[in-house]
Amino acid sequence: MFVNSLPFSTFRGDDIMNYPVVKGAAYALIQANDMLVHHGTTQTSERRKNIDSEHLQNLPKHLRSFEAAVAYPPNQVYIGNIPPDELKNYENSVQGASRDGKYGEIMPEDEFIALLKIVDVFDLVILEEQFQFEVKGKIADHPVLQKLKNLDKLEKQPSSFEQVQKLVDDHLAQPLYFKAKLVGCVKKAHDFDQALSDHVMLENLVSKASAAFALQLLLMKTDLQAEDVEYIIECSEEACGDMNQRGGGNFAKAIGKMCGCVNATGSDTRSFCAGPAHALIEAAALAQSGIYRNIVVLAGGSATKLGMNSKDHVKKGLPALEDMLGAFAIHIDENDGLNLVIRTDGVGRHKIGSGSSPQAVMTAIVANPLDKMGYKITEIDRYSAELQNPEITEPAGAGDVPLSNYKMIAALGVKRGDFEKGELAKVVAGFGMPGFAPTQGTSLQGFHLLVMQGK
Amino acid sequence: MDLENQTRIKDLTEKYGNENFIVVIGGAEAEASGLTAETVSTGDPTFAGPLSGVSLGLKAYHVFELKEQVDPDVYEEQISMMEMVLEVDEIIKEVKTYRK
Repeated sequence: MFVNSLPFSTFRGDDIMNYPVVKGAAYALIQANDMLVHHGTTQTSERRKNIDSEHLQNLPKHLRSFEAAVAYPPNQVYIGNIPPDELKNYENSVQGASRDGKYGEIMPEDEFIALLKIVDVFDLVILEEQFQFEVKGKIADHPVLQKLKNLDKLEKQPSSFEQVQKLVDDHLAQPLYFKAKLVGCVKKAHDFDQALSDHVMLENLVSKASAAFALQLLLMKTDLQAEDVEYIIECSEEACGDMNQRGGGNFAKAIGKMCGCVNATGSDTRSFCAGPAHALIEAAALAQSGIYRNIVVLAGGSATKLGMNSKDHVKKGLPALEDMLGAFAIHIDENDGLNLVIRTDGVGRHKIGSGSSPQAVMTAIVANPLDKMGYKITEIDRYSAELQNPEITEPAGAGDVPLSNYKMIAALGVKRGDFEKGELAKVVAGFGMPGFAPTQGTSLQGFHLLVMQGK
Repeated sequence: MDLENQTRIKDLTEKYGNENFIVVIGGAEAEASGLTAETVSTGDPTFAGPLSGVSLGLKAYHVFELKEQVDPDVYEEQISMMEMVLEVDEIIKEVKTYRK
C-alpha cells in the first residue's frame, strides 16, 4: 500500500479526492524491565529448564534505567521527537531527552502497572496498598492519563503485601514487580478455564492497557474527539475469549470504552505482525466507501516478547534492549484535501498461491501494485519497510531487517530493468531509512516517516 | 535450529542413513547458516535441542551452492533476487567449513 503526501505526487487515473487520508498517529512506549525478567518468554522458558541458569543470573545487570531508555535515540524516533532520517547523526544518548513526544510518550513501569488496574473491569489486578497509593498520585497528575475513564479503580481493593504474595504462591495470580519488588498481581479469571488463566489475563491486560494509552495519546495530541470515532480496528497478536470461544475477541471496543469513544463500534483483525497492514487497508476501505467516518487502527504491546533476544544481548555485553512495550493508534478518515493520502489503487496482495520465497513475497506486495499504478520502483521517493531496530536484531543473528528489505526492493528494480545492479547501494541509500522500532510484533512504524514529513 | 526440525532430521537420518541424505539451507546470514550446518554435522552447539552432543555427520549445503543443480528458470524466479541482497560468498564460505 502506498501513501502519498500532497502535492508532491502525480496521479494517474482516479480522482485524488476519493482516496482516504491519515489524519493522525500516536505512538506509545512503556519501559517494562520487570515484565521482561518475569514474563518475557525467553526468560520464562529458561526458568522452566534451569532456574539457576547463567542467563537469569546475569540479566538483571543488563537492565537500563528509565532515563537511559528515554534518551535512547531509536525510542525518541518512535515517539516522534527525531525524524528517522536523523538517526544516523546519533551515536550516543540524546542529551536532554524528554519522555513526552510530538506523536507519543514513553511511560515508566509503575505508571503502567497502575494503568493495568485502571483498564481491568473484572477486579483481577491486585496492587499492594502503598504502591497503589503512590502511583495513584502520579496518574492523577499525568496530563494524558488523568482523562481516562475508571481512574477510581485506583481507590479499590488495596491489598497487603502478604495477600499479594499468597495469591502468587498459591498459583492463583501472575506477579507484578517494580524495581525487583513484588507490588501486585494479576489473578486468573476462572478456576480451570485455560483461556482465562492468570498468564492469559496478564498478556491481554498488557495489550489492552498499552493500546488504551496510545488511543488516549491520539485523542490528546490531535484534534480527534473521542465521541467522533465511529469504528476501531484492533490488530495486536493477542486473543481474548474463554474455553468456548478462545479467540472470540473484541479488544477494540473494550479499549475504545476506556477512552470515551461512546459512538464507536469495532472489531479485531489478526494476521501476526502483518495485522496492522491488513487493518489499515480495511480502515481505508471503510473510509473511502463512506461506511464510517473517523476510524482508528490500534494495537497494544506484548509482554511475552520482552527480552526475546536478551540471551544474545547479555552474552555480547549489551543492555537488554527489548525492554519496551510498543503501542500505536492511527486515525483514518475520508479525504480532507490536507492530509496524507492512502493510494487504495496501489494495494499489494500476497496471495495464497504466491509462494513464500522472499522474491515471491516482494513481487506480490511491492512490484505488482506498482505495475498496477504504472510506477517504476525508482519513481517512489521513500519506502518504509518493517523498521525493526538493527541494534536489537544484529547481535541475535537476524541482521538488519529494514536494510534487507530495501535491498530486496532494489533488487527487484534491477530485475525489472529500472536501474543497473551497480547502482543498487545508491538506490537503497536514497529510498530507505534506518530501523528504530522495538521487536514488539505489530508496531506500525512505517507511518513515522510519512507523518513527520507530512507535518 | 528449532527443536522440532532437529527431531525431524534426527528421525530421518535414523531412517535413511547419513550417506543418502543432505540438508539444504536457505539462511540469510553466514553466522546463522553456519550454526545450522554445525548442528546437523557435529551437533547442536547451543545445547538446546535433541541434537545436543549428537553427531549425525550430515552434509549441509546452502542453496546458493546448488545453483548448477537447479532448473535455471526456477532459480531465476525464486532465488535470483536474493543473490543481489545477501552476502553470498560469506555464507557459502561459512557453511563449507562444516563439511569435512
